[in-house]
Amino acid sequence: MTAVLAFLGRNTLGFFRYLGGIYDLSAKAAYWAFVAPFKGRYVKWGNAIHQMVAAGVDSIPIVSLISLFIGIVLGLQGAYQLAKFGATYFVTALVGVSMTRELGPLITAIVIAGRSGSAFAAELGTMKVSEEIDALEAMGLDSVRYLVVPKYLAMLVMMPCLTLISDLAGILGGALFEMAQLDKTFAMCLSATQDALVMRDITTGLIKSLVFGLIITKIGCYEGFSVRGGAEGVGKATTSSVVISIFLIILADVIFTAIFYFTN
Amino acid sequence: MANDYEGPMIRVSDLVTHYGDRRILNHVNLDFPAGETMVILGGSGTGKSTLLRHIMRLEMPTSGKIFIKGQDICPMSEDRFNQVRRKIGMLFQSAALFNSMTIEENVALPLRELTQLEDSTIRIMTRIKLDLVGLNGFENYMPSQLSGGMKKRAGLARALAMDPEILLFDEPSAGLDPITAAGIDSLILKLKLAFRMTIVVVTHEMASAFMIADRITVMDRGEVIATGTPEEIRNSQQPRVLQFLNRIPEGDQVDAQEYLRSLTED
Repeated sequence: MTAVLAFLGRNTLGFFRYLGGIYDLSAKAAYWAFVAPFKGRYVKWGNAIHQMVAAGVDSIPIVSLISLFIGIVLGLQGAYQLAKFGATYFVTALVGVSMTRELGPLITAIVIAGRSGSAFAAELGTMKVSEEIDALEAMGLDSVRYLVVPKYLAMLVMMPCLTLISDLAGILGGALFEMAQLDKTFAMCLSATQDALVMRDITTGLIKSLVFGLIITKIGCYEGFSVRGGAEGVGKATTSSVVISIFLIILADVIFTAIFYFTN
Repeated sequence: MANDYEGPMIRVSDLVTHYGDRRILNHVNLDFPAGETMVILGGSGTGKSTLLRHIMRLEMPTSGKIFIKGQDICPMSEDRFNQVRRKIGMLFQSAALFNSMTIEENVALPLRELTQLEDSTIRIMTRIKLDLVGLNGFENYMPSQLSGGMKKRAGLARALAMDPEILLFDEPSAGLDPITAAGIDSLILKLKLAFRMTIVVVTHEMASAFMIADRITVMDRGEVIATGTPEEIRNSQQPRVLQFLNRIPEGDQVDAQEYLRSLTED
């Protein structure tokens, strides 16, 4: 019994320590990104742009391809159900709304968590192990300012962009299926999508993508900074950064979807 | 920092520190006189590197104080300590070069970020520092293309970039062959003669310690067990110092009772 309590207590403490660590890191990053520039200590835009290319631009092919496939699959599954009611006309609406509100941001976030979140953890973890982070601090350069803030800014800019690309690719995938199977023209698909979508569908998706971007950066960087021990530690941090961020992304997705649903 | 400061450059006073429950440093008191080379000698795990990390404030002590030029660094704000840090250079055990940058960019980084100097000036200063450590012509190499000894030299050039008053070395000869290690030692000697810097070297290499030191401190199990000139240390009669100097392995005379007890204990 005491063992169970001790186990629970230790894990609860560990959980809160983790939260505290993430809060500290986020507060520092927010300071260097939004407060310090007004004190004449500017953001390292060079690094940020480098990160935007690595995390954003280089992810465009994989995000578009996956979203295209998801669009096709949505079209197929939607048509399978809607055909029973003779309502295949609504397949376009189904694809458009689910991509923009839900799957575009989610798919993008999961791909980026696997691609960039893990890269953040591995990069910072390796730097930690090889004393590079200590060396930065020893020079009086703030590691959060140099290493974390550029990643935050890159993600805040690139996640919405990638999500829009994913939305478009998904809608295109749905349209491809409809043109092949349901004898629609591309123009019909476009106008049906335009009819079905309202601005709110897209904006809620973009808000989600910003939150997901924050989660990926926070977890990736925090895991990287907390690496202990050599290469094995880096591997562990990389794995747990992906697992934890995907979990938190889906949790946040539930919360935000509920909020958007009830405030409609 | 006041320039007319007369006392020891670094003073460590009653420093205690723990990793978790394990005590690493146990009431360490040590003065580092200005302009002298102090070698901290001790086996692995005796807390000598930890002491160095505390002087750089990479770690915070459980209790005790560290004064640099008479100022206690522990309660200082980050900004103020960064001002102090600029006058301290540190060479890490693994050299800790930034692997994504060339050697020149590595050395130039502190100048670029912490000073308002022109790019052309920074370029010249970087070349001078690289020249000083014998890495002329390696400006555009990446750290991964250099040998261990060259990485250390590059790390040293970076530590020297801001013309520090204090230079800290963490195991400068670790992982190097004897000849390369001797090369690093003679580089330290050269720097010591050329600039009046306060140098602290943490090492377990006795030969290099006696070659470069003005003063030697021997540490064991988180405690300072002897401190003095190389002569005094060489003639010391303290058993633990003798054990270290004569390279007698730990635990030669095991008490049989004690050993059995340690096996059966929970």
